[in-house]
Amino acid sequence: MTVHIAPARPTAPPASPAPAVRRRIRPGRIGVHAFLMAVSLAFLAPLLLAVYASLRPYDETSAHGYFSLPRHLSLDYYRQAFSDSGMTKYFVNTMIIAVPGVFVTLFLASFVAFALARLKMRGGLVLLMLFTAGNLLPQQVIVTPLYVVFNRIPLPYWMSDSMTMFDSYWAVITVQIGFQLGFCVFVLANFMRTLPQEILEAAIVDGAGVWTRYWRITLPLCRPALAALGTLQFTWMYNDFLWALVFISDGDKLPITSALNNLRGQFFTDYNLLAAGSVIVALPTLVVFLLLQRHFIAGLTLGSSKG
Amino acid sequence: MSFISARRTGRRVSRRFTGRDLAVLGVLLGIPVLLDIAIVWGPTLASVVLSFTSWDGIGDIKWVGTQNYENLFTNYPQFWPAARHNLLWLAFLGLVAAPFGLLLAVLIDRGVRFSRFYQSTLYMPVVLSLAVVGFIAQLIFSRDQGALNAVIGDTKSPTDWLGDPNLNIWMVLLAAAWRHTGYVMILYLAGLKAVDPSLKEAAAIDGAGEAQTFFRIVFPTLRPVNVIVGVITVIESLRAFDIVYAVNHGRNGLELLSVLVTDNIIGEASRIGFGSAIAVVLLAVSLGFVVTYLVQELRGEKNR
Repeated sequence: MTVHIAPARPTAPPASPAPAVRRRIRPGRIGVHAFLMAVSLAFLAPLLLAVYASLRPYDETSAHGYFSLPRHLSLDYYRQAFSDSGMTKYFVNTMIIAVPGVFVTLFLASFVAFALARLKMRGGLVLLMLFTAGNLLPQQVIVTPLYVVFNRIPLPYWMSDSMTMFDSYWAVITVQIGFQLGFCVFVLANFMRTLPQEILEAAIVDGAGVWTRYWRITLPLCRPALAALGTLQFTWMYNDFLWALVFISDGDKLPITSALNNLRGQFFTDYNLLAAGSVIVALPTLVVFLLLQRHFIAGLTLGSSKG
Repeated sequence: MSFISARRTGRRVSRRFTGRDLAVLGVLLGIPVLLDIAIVWGPTLASVVLSFTSWDGIGDIKWVGTQNYENLFTNYPQFWPAARHNLLWLAFLGLVAAPFGLLLAVLIDRGVRFSRFYQSTLYMPVVLSLAVVGFIAQLIFSRDQGALNAVIGDTKSPTDWLGDPNLNIWMVLLAAAWRHTGYVMILYLAGLKAVDPSLKEAAAIDGAGEAQTFFRIVFPTLRPVNVIVGVITVIESLRAFDIVYAVNHGRNGLELLSVLVTDNIIGEASRIGFGSAIAVVLLAVSLGFVVTYLVQELRGEKNR
């Protein structure tokens, strides 16, 4: 498997002759730029519109339309979204679910991948298929039985105030880990195959046990893959909508993405408030994306470009 | 060389497992495997079994044979529209969004200036949740408050883009494609970067045009990416849920199989058996594709 992530071709030094030839303005090139620019703007427009709408009072939008110049810009809707609908609480809920979710998934998946890719165990391929195929099933296929089972698993009060697995963070965390394991195993196993086996053989000669071979030798080499997967998994768990919707019934425990649904119910008529809510929910993933773009893209392509 | 030495190491490794090694392996391999079975495969199997019962989740589980399926196909008005919408979803993402993503990737890969800006912009929507995409779609397509009607100046008899059951599925598909295009583009960009440039040069020397080079030389080498894009497109189309649920809970023209499953468990009437039957339909369709994909993977694995 090869992963080539070059976010941009390095801009060639202006002195070198080859780019000078290429930079000759050709009509075709202008056409390509015009096309790409138009598509980029069209892709950005919905987000920009949401940001703009969220900064204006709705009365103004309704009186003068979306594309009028603003007379009054404020962060009022953001304040309102935070204070009236308790966005902070929902953010905390998301963190309670996503942070352990990401770490446990990466830990368990990396060990499985290590066993499959580095120990050359018999039946490894079957195991790999079991995990990979599981991740490809639609969530709705497993949602009904899990709903029933979670309702029947009792938990002590200190773990869940509903006294069952249902309507607790545990349910969502468990499902997230179980479901995402497949993808992570697949990606990490592919990555570990590209690592030189010789280091491991040297370690075996030195008498390193399985744990040392995994924790001290393989895992440090996987840091780029783990960073990429971690970024990706965090966005996915953050963006989850269905699991929380089905497994949590108490509105106060909802993670942020699912909670947005309630915000809409609360303020059905004011679309600018909904815009503010959408921006608030989208902002963390956008920030993660802009800061960790390289990792994010690496994560998406890691499992897919095999050569 | 590698085959022989790999075999030999393999044997040496397996002989060198100590008791502690086996304990580590047992626990750290056992937990994920059990979790995968408990969360994914067990419930999948249970869905199949429950689909032959008329269970409401509380009382006794009564076996009813294929009655759920008969009802589903003949007596459940939402089923066929939902199945049609899922198919439409697949066709739209597969025939419009994915080729468009490929086109963008090819254009950007030619090394145009500002390519970094284009890339970042075009896959920005990928990091948004589909639910947020659904909400943003409402800002644009809503009848009285939407931006689209404002742009086209349609105020006298505004079009209800998301309320009209003949129109709304297309608007939602546009929103879904907004996200899918960027995703596909990243995958193809990575694939294109991995194409050996000497192939293209050789083709150019032989006098092949740009289009010819692409379709005869580059595209065939992208086969693994094509497979991945195909799988992702199918899976996304079968999983589609968040956008329509965010827009109107998947009613009035936006029915999808996934919504019907969810409605049957968290709705007022808890029809576990019937909901499972719909899930099994989804499962059957997706397994067809998953198995095809895995067979291909398996073949690649053996040639490795």
